[in-house]
Amino acid sequence: MSFQTRKFFYGDIPEVAGGQNVSSQPSINENNWPLWEVFIRSKQGLDHKHAGSLHAADAQMAIENARDVYTRRMEGVSIWVVESRYIHASNPEESESLYEPANDKVYRHPTFYVLPEAVKNM
Amino acid sequence: MQDLEKLFQDKIDTEIKIEPKDWMPEAYRKTLIRQISQHAHSEIVGMLPEGNWITRAPSLKRKAVLLAKIQDEAGHGLYLYAATETLGVTRESTIDDLNSGKAKYSSIFNYPTISWADIGAIGWLVDGAAIMNQVMLCRTSYGPYARAMVRICKEESFHQRQGFEALLVLSRGSKEQKVMCQDAINRWWWPSLMMFGPKDSESTHSDQSMKWKIKRMSNDELRQRFIDMIAEQVKVLNMTLPDPELKWNDIRGHYDFGEINWDEFWQVVKGNGPCNRERLEARNKAHEEGRWVREAAMAYAQKKAGKKAAA
Repeated sequence: MSFQTRKFFYGDIPEVAGGQNVSSQPSINENNWPLWEVFIRSKQGLDHKHAGSLHAADAQMAIENARDVYTRRMEGVSIWVVESRYIHASNPEESESLYEPANDKVYRHPTFYVLPEAVKNM
Repeated sequence: MQDLEKLFQDKIDTEIKIEPKDWMPEAYRKTLIRQISQHAHSEIVGMLPEGNWITRAPSLKRKAVLLAKIQDEAGHGLYLYAATETLGVTRESTIDDLNSGKAKYSSIFNYPTISWADIGAIGWLVDGAAIMNQVMLCRTSYGPYARAMVRICKEESFHQRQGFEALLVLSRGSKEQKVMCQDAINRWWWPSLMMFGPKDSESTHSDQSMKWKIKRMSNDELRQRFIDMIAEQVKVLNMTLPDPELKWNDIRGHYDFGEINWDEFWQVVKGNGPCNRERLEARNKAHEEGRWVREAAMAYAQKKAGKKAAA
C-alpha cells in the first residue's frame, strides 16, 4: 500500500463534494510527510477540540509531535490525530440551503412558550 | 464577481472571520500567504541567534529557560506554517522560499548575539516588540491566523518576562555586568524599533491591510506604543535608551524620539545585515542534513503500513 500524499487542509473541502475522487491532483513529492489534524482533550470530562495541524510520517509520530507542540504546558490529557485527507467538510457556499431548515423553527426553543409568572421551576 | 467581493467586505466590516474555504479576493490570499509565511520564517530563523547561547548560558536554570523559549519559537513557526497551508500553498514550497532567499523574515534576526546580555535584551525588546504586533493580530480577519496568534500570545509573555528578569539580574550585578547590560540595550534598541516596519507614510501594504482588517493598527501607532512602554520599563533597570532625543511630550501624551536609521533598515532587508548570509546558510544546512531523516521516516511508515495491509 502506498501513502496518498494529496493534502487537505482543515476546514477544507474536496473539489468534489463528499471527498470522492480525490486523486485528481497528484502530489508533488511522494516523500513528503502527510498532514494531520490534532484534537486535544484538555481535561477529563471535556470533548476533544481541534488544536491545529502538523506533518508526520505516521500516526505515532503525529501523536508524539502533537504532544511536543500542543501540550507543553499541560494543555491536554488525551490526543486524537487524523490524517487531514480523511476529513470531510461541508461547503460554505452551501451554508444557506444546508442550515436554512433550522431558521424558521423557533418553536424548538424554550422561549417560544409564554407561561404565566405563577409557574415556577420550568 | 463584484457581489462576492462585496459579501466578503461586508463580513470583514461586521467582524465575521474569514475561513479557509470562504471566497476571498486573490490579493487578500496573497497578502496573507506573504505575511503569515514571513511571520513563520521569523520564528524559525529567530531560534538561531538564541541557539548561540544554549551551551553558554550562565546557569542550569537559564539554560532550561532558554531551551524552553526556543522550543516555543519552533512551535510558533509550526502554527504559522499550518495557517499558511490553509491558504493552499504547500509546506515544502513555503520552506523552499525561505531557503532560497526569496522570502523575507524579520530583519532583527540578522543581528548577532555577542554577549549573554543580548539574550535578555532579545526577550525584553525583540519579543516585546513582537508581542505588540501579535496582540493586534489576535483580532486579524483570517480565522486560522487569528487562532495561531492567540496560542502564540499565551506562550509569548513568559519570553518577555524572562528577558527582563535576566537583564534585571545583570543591572544589579558587578560593574562589568552593568556595562554588558547597557551595551546590549544600546545595540538592540534601534533594530527593535525597526521591527515595526517603515513609517506609515512609506509603507506599501498598510492601507489595504487595514481595510481588510489583516492589520488593525499602523506601524507608527504600534511603534509609539512600544516606545512609551519601554521608556518607562528601562527606569526599573536603571539603564538608559540610546536616544538623546527621547523625551516625554506632555501635549502629545507620548514620548518623542529620534529619527530611525532607515538606510540601515533597508540594507538589512536587502540582505546586507551582519548575519543574513550566516542565517540562511544555517537554515539550508539544517534542511539538507535532515533530508535523510525525513525520507527514512516516510519509508518506515510505508513499510509498516504495507505489513499491516498484508496481515
